[in-house]
Amino acid sequence: MANITLVQAINLALVQEMEKDDRVMILGEDVGLNGGVFRVTEGLFKRFGKDRVVDTPLAESGIIGTSIGLAMSGLRPVPEIQFEGFLGPAYDQICSHAARMRTRTRAAFTVPMTIRVPVGGGIHAPELHSDSPETIYAHQPGLKVVMPASPYDAKGLLISAIRDPDPVIFFEPKRIYRAFREEVPEDEYTVPIGKARTVCEGEELTIVSWGASVVQCMQAIERTDASIELVDLRTIYPLDMDAIEASVKKTGRCVIVHEAPKTSGFGSEIAAQIMERCFLHLEAPVQRVAGFDTIMPYYKLETEYLPDADRIEKAIEEIRAY
Amino acid sequence: MSAAHTAIGTSHLVEAESSKRDSAARSLPPQTLLEWLRMMVLIREFEVRTMQAYQDRKIGGFCHVYIGQEAVAVGCTAAVEHEDPIVTAYRDHGHALARGMDPKYCMAEMFGRIGGCAKGKGGSMHMFDRDNNLFGGHGIVGAQTPLGAGLAFGTKYIDEVINGGRSQRVTLCFLGDGALNQGALHEAMNLAGLLNLPVIFVVENNGYSMGTSIHRGTTMADEITSKAIGYGMMSAQIDGMDVMNVYDGMKEVVDEARATSRPAFVDIRTYRFKGHSMSDPRKYRTREEEEVYEDDGPIAKAREYLYDQKLLDEDGFKAMSKEVRGQVRESIKWADASPPPDVAEELYKDVYVERWGPYNGTSEPEMLGEPGGNGEG
Ligand SMILES: Cc1ncc(C[n+]2csc(CCOP(=O)(O)OP(=O)(O)O)c2C)c(N)n1
Ligand SMILES: [Mg+2]
Repeated sequence: MANITLVQAINLALVQEMEKDDRVMILGEDVGLNGGVFRVTEGLFKRFGKDRVVDTPLAESGIIGTSIGLAMSGLRPVPEIQFEGFLGPAYDQICSHAARMRTRTRAAFTVPMTIRVPVGGGIHAPELHSDSPETIYAHQPGLKVVMPASPYDAKGLLISAIRDPDPVIFFEPKRIYRAFREEVPEDEYTVPIGKARTVCEGEELTIVSWGASVVQCMQAIERTDASIELVDLRTIYPLDMDAIEASVKKTGRCVIVHEAPKTSGFGSEIAAQIMERCFLHLEAPVQRVAGFDTIMPYYKLETEYLPDADRIEKAIEEIRAY
Repeated sequence: MSAAHTAIGTSHLVEAESSKRDSAARSLPPQTLLEWLRMMVLIREFEVRTMQAYQDRKIGGFCHVYIGQEAVAVGCTAAVEHEDPIVTAYRDHGHALARGMDPKYCMAEMFGRIGGCAKGKGGSMHMFDRDNNLFGGHGIVGAQTPLGAGLAFGTKYIDEVINGGRSQRVTLCFLGDGALNQGALHEAMNLAGLLNLPVIFVVENNGYSMGTSIHRGTTMADEITSKAIGYGMMSAQIDGMDVMNVYDGMKEVVDEARATSRPAFVDIRTYRFKGHSMSDPRKYRTREEEEVYEDDGPIAKAREYLYDQKLLDEDGFKAMSKEVRGQVRESIKWADASPPPDVAEELYKDVYVERWGPYNGTSEPEMLGEPGGNGEG
């Protein structure tokens, strides 16, 4: 066991997969010599050399498009995009090619690629460095979308993503890159894609969340005396609706918490499916605590924008009192 | 397989032309040259204080300072008219000041205060100034380049299609050497060449894109003007450490672009003295390399020229520096005194023209209480 941060856990997963399988390779801006903007790929260039840890020009469309070609050749590229805001130039390659290749070629060609992307707010950054675009990619059939909330899950999920035969967008919540440590096995292990985690069990109310918001939820739960079950999705898509259904049928109440704007955020999809599956078990309307329908504001307004323990606690009280 | 990982070394700069031929800058009134020096000193002082403010946590997120590149913004803005649009990337404080923005608005923007040029909701990368025809300040590398083509298209369309005249405008579109590798630039250059758009793509070639030296990031690294050939536009290479030389080189290109209403591409060789952003240990280059460029910085160069010509003496320079320090100090005071944007007032503002956006209550900020009706104008 090692007591490590989320950044270190991801680094460890990359090292282990690269040692095990020489088809695994990394591409991105400053990922090599400089170890990446968040130092996630620190040391890999030295260890695996410039042909497996490839410093690319500043060209996201090129990075992802090239990775697709590599993946179609049978390799397992793990490209890094420095911030979620820079997925824009690569969007066409991701959604027009990577996501559709298996279908388009009737499985003659596939794209086993894992795109690593720091995501979300909370680091005082401006727009395009603080967004939460997971829903955009979850809405694109053919992609899997993953977002760990702990070092343990980060390592296990990344290994699963790299081994997955389909394209995975692996969102790394940058706010908790170094926020806390956790005991993580040094040996390799996987955390399955598509399976949620019950962070704590409870009887009165279910909170569903993912990414850095999970930490905010835990803070809110500590403050109340209610018996709350917290479900961390871990994978946005494919959604583990069975886990949510089981929990909500038990508690009858549900609050969904995410950073992305509320309208058409992934919480909308979850709320709709709860309606479909749990209607007769509900004691109160499903609540959403989310970002607002605005551009992510800079710095002084950021804390107002992001769901925090206060707002979550308020939702908990409201739904309990319903 | 990949290119060797070399720093740019000490031969990145090209030799100044101004010493070799008739210089337009030299025949300008001395007052103009003194103003250029003052502006470069202002930018330098502003950036030094910006770095301090960042250390003091008054500035959040990312902050890219312009130290070392002052001659580029100052020389380029001097070579165009005030009505000529300018658009740039995120390393934009120097352009804002050179274009005439009061430093206090720039500082307040970085402090996240309502007095900032984008109401404190943009930050360091988002300098906008409508009165001074500065169209940003944009954070996505290369994404400003099609905007530059579009701005040039806009001025030309208004002048020629709507007003039936002959357009005399040019647009300056600044970009870094890293942006050379973005697809957007190549689409913009092709459009500009094809449609005869009077946009000048000014590459502030400081040799690095974050930690990637230009030799590792782009083809034809020593001769990036070769990229202009494919898009049928004129090009020039200019020493960017000498403000008079920047002016001279740019003036020629600007005059030509104005006269022909055609695009151009300029490789201005410069160097950023500090890290890419505030958290850059600069492991990709050596201190020796940095010293070579710093020793011959743009401020020292302009000052020496003015000393030589007896247009300025040490006391004069001291007085100038003192005055500038006072101005920057004032800007910080002003920014400190400016309040942060009010959540209720500002969070939803300017997303759409309607005050609360067309949401019909799906996502009102809870802190607003009664937001005064949805869809209000
Ligand atoms: C599309 C996109 N990719 C990556 C980044 C992150 N990034 C910001 S600046 C930068 C380097 C740009 O270098 P250059 O264009 O040479 O400008 P300089 O910093 O030297 O002024 C990178 C990679 C970004 N902002 N946008
Ligand atoms: Mg550069």
